[in-house]
Amino acid sequence: MSTAETTWISGPVLRARPDGAFRLRESVTVGDQALLGEVIRIARDEITVQLYEDTSGLRPGIEVTGSGRLLSIRLGPAILAGIFDGLLRPIADIADPYVKPGMQVQPARRFHFTPSVCVGDTLMPGAAIGEVANGTGIAQRCLVPADLSGGRVTAIADPGEYPDDQPICWIDAADGRNLAIAMTHEWPVRVPRPVQARLPSDEPMLTGQRVIDCLFPVARGGTGAIPGGFGTGKTVLLETVGKWCNADVIVYVGCGERGNEMAGLLAEFSELEDPRSGRPLLERTVVIANTSNMPVSAREASIYTGITVAEYFRDQGMNVTLMADSTSRWAEALREVSGRLGELPGEAGYPAYLSSRLADFYERAARVRTLGGEIGSVTLLGAVSPPSGDFSEPVTTHTRRYVGSLWGLDAKRAQARFYPAIHPLQSYSLVAGNLARWWHTAGCTRWQELRRRFLTLLEDEARLERMARIIGRDAMPARQRLVLICAQLVNECFLRQSAYSMNDRYASPSRQAVMMRLIGSFIEGSERLLDAGVAPEAIRDQPVFRRLMRMGEEIEEGDWEAFSALDQELTATIRRLINEAREGGGG
Amino acid sequence: MTYARLVGEEIANRAEGPLLFLSRSLDVGLNEAVEVEGADGSVRLGRIAALDEDSITVEMLDDTAGLALQGTRVRFFGEPLRFHVGPGLLGRVFNGIGKPLDGGPPLAAEHAYRVDGLPIKPTAREAPSEFLETGFTAIDLMNSLVRGQKLPLFSGGGLPHDRIAVDIACNARLPGDTQEAEGFAIVFAGIGIPHDSAEFFREEMEKSGALARTVLFLNLASDSSAQRLLAPRFALTAAEYLAFVEGMHVLVILTDLTNYCEALREVSASRGEVPSRKGYPGYMYSDLATLYERAGRIRGKPGSVTQVPILTMPNDDITHPIPDLTGYITEGQIVLDRDLHRRDIYPPIRLLPSLSRLMKDGIGKGRTHADHPALAAQLYASYSQAQQTRVLAGVVGEDGLSEDDRKLLIFGDNFEQKVIHQGVDARTLEESLAAGWSALRGLPAGELHRLDDRQIREHLLDRAPRREPVS
Ligand SMILES: Nc1ncnc2c1ncn2[C@@H]1O[C@H](COP(=O)(O)OP(=O)(O)OP(=O)(O)O)[C@@H](O)[C@H]1O
Ligand SMILES: [Mg+2]
Repeated sequence: MSTAETTWISGPVLRARPDGAFRLRESVTVGDQALLGEVIRIARDEITVQLYEDTSGLRPGIEVTGSGRLLSIRLGPAILAGIFDGLLRPIADIADPYVKPGMQVQPARRFHFTPSVCVGDTLMPGAAIGEVANGTGIAQRCLVPADLSGGRVTAIADPGEYPDDQPICWIDAADGRNLAIAMTHEWPVRVPRPVQARLPSDEPMLTGQRVIDCLFPVARGGTGAIPGGFGTGKTVLLETVGKWCNADVIVYVGCGERGNEMAGLLAEFSELEDPRSGRPLLERTVVIANTSNMPVSAREASIYTGITVAEYFRDQGMNVTLMADSTSRWAEALREVSGRLGELPGEAGYPAYLSSRLADFYERAARVRTLGGEIGSVTLLGAVSPPSGDFSEPVTTHTRRYVGSLWGLDAKRAQARFYPAIHPLQSYSLVAGNLARWWHTAGCTRWQELRRRFLTLLEDEARLERMARIIGRDAMPARQRLVLICAQLVNECFLRQSAYSMNDRYASPSRQAVMMRLIGSFIEGSERLLDAGVAPEAIRDQPVFRRLMRMGEEIEEGDWEAFSALDQELTATIRRLINEAREGGGG
Repeated sequence: MTYARLVGEEIANRAEGPLLFLSRSLDVGLNEAVEVEGADGSVRLGRIAALDEDSITVEMLDDTAGLALQGTRVRFFGEPLRFHVGPGLLGRVFNGIGKPLDGGPPLAAEHAYRVDGLPIKPTAREAPSEFLETGFTAIDLMNSLVRGQKLPLFSGGGLPHDRIAVDIACNARLPGDTQEAEGFAIVFAGIGIPHDSAEFFREEMEKSGALARTVLFLNLASDSSAQRLLAPRFALTAAEYLAFVEGMHVLVILTDLTNYCEALREVSASRGEVPSRKGYPGYMYSDLATLYERAGRIRGKPGSVTQVPILTMPNDDITHPIPDLTGYITEGQIVLDRDLHRRDIYPPIRLLPSLSRLMKDGIGKGRTHADHPALAAQLYASYSQAQQTRVLAGVVGEDGLSEDDRKLLIFGDNFEQKVIHQGVDARTLEESLAAGWSALRGLPAGELHRLDDRQIREHLLDRAPRREPVS
């Protein structure tokens, strides 16, 4: 192992005189506390190291020890349901409530292993060798690590409990070496895990949020970004999606955000049940927490750690959704490190490679055929925190170029407590067209048509609101007043969806479809009424309008009878008003 | 301060701005505290900022004017800066680096804590969920504060934030008998404040008797910039001691964080760092986070640290880096408004941009009142509609408005005059709730989409002064 002697130290960066060879991006440990660091620059007679911990007390002369490998994390069955820092070191030990330097990687744990291969089988990299139970209801697989060559199985463990760092399978590789495989393996965080093929995606990653699923959907293996100023609802939206989306595994990366938020998330996720498995949500979740007061340099690594973990589960044939809150904090950490290296600053002080780093990150989202032949996916959702809420800054503008769906949060909506504050005119989804078939097959035959209808209505509303501000609402023609009323219904009852409402925090595709249809019926019915000469305000003042406005709050998931009762009430009201108008008009 | 471990004589080679360069004849570590004693006997605090094989770079935390190289003596403490605290903190007054200003005896130094604090593990945190009453309706009813939260006040020059700070310090209380049972304390830190304000705080709190449950830290405008950076850290260290050792619920009021950020900018510039937005250092977000994140609760410990930092927005600009970065770290914000202040509304809190993010966890059934969340939501929705209508009325005139719109306008005025405005008297939560319901009574019930039918019946129709026919 190479060593080096510290010659200079300032903040989280040190320089050292090497004795032996170091590699760029190699992980190192420093001093007796074994503080973790990464080599970020090398010269013949000096290496520069970035430390991922508080460096108080370090001094020249202290020894730096190389590890011989790139900054890596240990992947294995123990990760699921765990909470880690940005370098995948567990932070659950409650005995000491404070984060202190020198945190250690997860110690070995025992898991039950059931082999699925026999001696003599030939395995390729990425092939499954057995199942691992970690007590979470989610069966995990143990695979031949992708960086080993394949080969013939020479020995395999019997079903039973084993420590996760001990070999359970041995193979003879093509090059004649005998390789041992354990339930855990190391993987460098900055290297994407290989796959057989990237696949197109025509299935939605359902979030249970109407404005996303119906208006600006995201595909499995797709990407989405949520830009928004402070307090506009990025975190709540990501957490809500984390709770209710139809992924098998959630990787939640809290990158430079609040400690209380992480505590709230942990508390909620352990209380709430996954509607599909009936088990605590936490069991399908991996939390990576590097809060704003934890070392800044680890913030930069935490994003890569998160996505490597996501790919690890994807390779087992799972659908994984990763949320990163907030990618702006990650970009800022990048900026800080770059500044310390004396690199030429670009836009707003960010390094010139900000754009390509963002591209690399979002590029790791995909629906794939894994090396083992399974279908898996990683969907990436990132919050963006633009300074002053101004979307023209570099992180937002670059992100916009790489994501398939964008949910722009609007400060005005948030201030009026209209949540989620996604502004329909500042949001888009490039994949909506590909997902229409899925909704059709799922029984919502009018999804695409109604989606367009709603979007047009919302655009018209924006235009008419501007006009109303000039001439007053009452001075507008009846047809335009009706547009405003219909848009109010779409906004208030369909787009608005409180994350804290027991009935409304989640909407299944069927419930979304029913609500969409009901609103569609109202729009069409009220247009007929208008043609029959009924004033828009008379339609709005019907009790059924208040019932429609509150249906999200009041009608719970699965209560189809209540929806059909409301449908009948709506039809009856429209019929009655038409008859009255005819009689009135005829008389 | 602990005793020096090592002393270096005649090792200072160069002084430049706040930096002092020493020869490295002693084995010392990064971030450790030092004391530099000049030949004239003056003593200044410093911190080791960088080290190489030959030299030590010390960042001075006191003004360096008058410092000479000859005859200085440097004492090394072998550990980062600490605050020695113990019983008897309450009622005391300190300067920004923890030295008593009240002529009282030195503190019983039972514990020594790093003033920088340590990050609490997210897993060790208890999610805050208990209501704390401030006495202001615009906060208690509309943007409730919970214990363990950090909720800043965004003010502007000439607005009454000092008054509000004192009122909160004097009126804040825990509900029921928690206050007696578990203890409640205030830590009040004036950061870079003028002498007059310092006197005002001290006198007001003495008058109301609040001083007895308060620890006061006063860092005056005339103190050095580097000390400005330490004042909130000493205050928070005291708060953490009271909360997590003595088990009390502690409300920390820090004013004015704008002075803190100015000092940060000044120190950064003197170090020659590349500035970020408006000359503030790029790490200001992380630096502020090391203060604000010290609010919270720890699992298995009884106490809590709640923060109400106060800052003045330069030019009333909420997008300025100081409020902007603060808003990105804290759990909401309370925004003061010049227009309301001109109209003599006190507290002049502008509700729409104000927000308490942890409110939902601290109110409702079993915490405040079962219908509190719906009431606040409805008031917000109606008030924001009223504001829009006001803009509309400004353009088309009140005559161009519909009947419902006119009702909204009246509601808006009423709401500002009777709910937000409360003058000098503190209100209990019950009084605040009653004021809120009463404001809603003028609006057509059918328009109240955030209330369910029962809430409308119970709080509005049944109790309306004039009974409206129920449709
Ligand atoms: N979907 C929602 N339903 C109900 N309330 C919401 C919703 N989204 C946001 N809120 C409210 O808005 C507040 C702020 O939201 P959130 O913390 O998600 O903001 P943010 O955009 O993450 O801000 P920051 O950038 O400062 O972290 C929440 O505390 C909550 O009160
Ligand atoms: Mg957030």
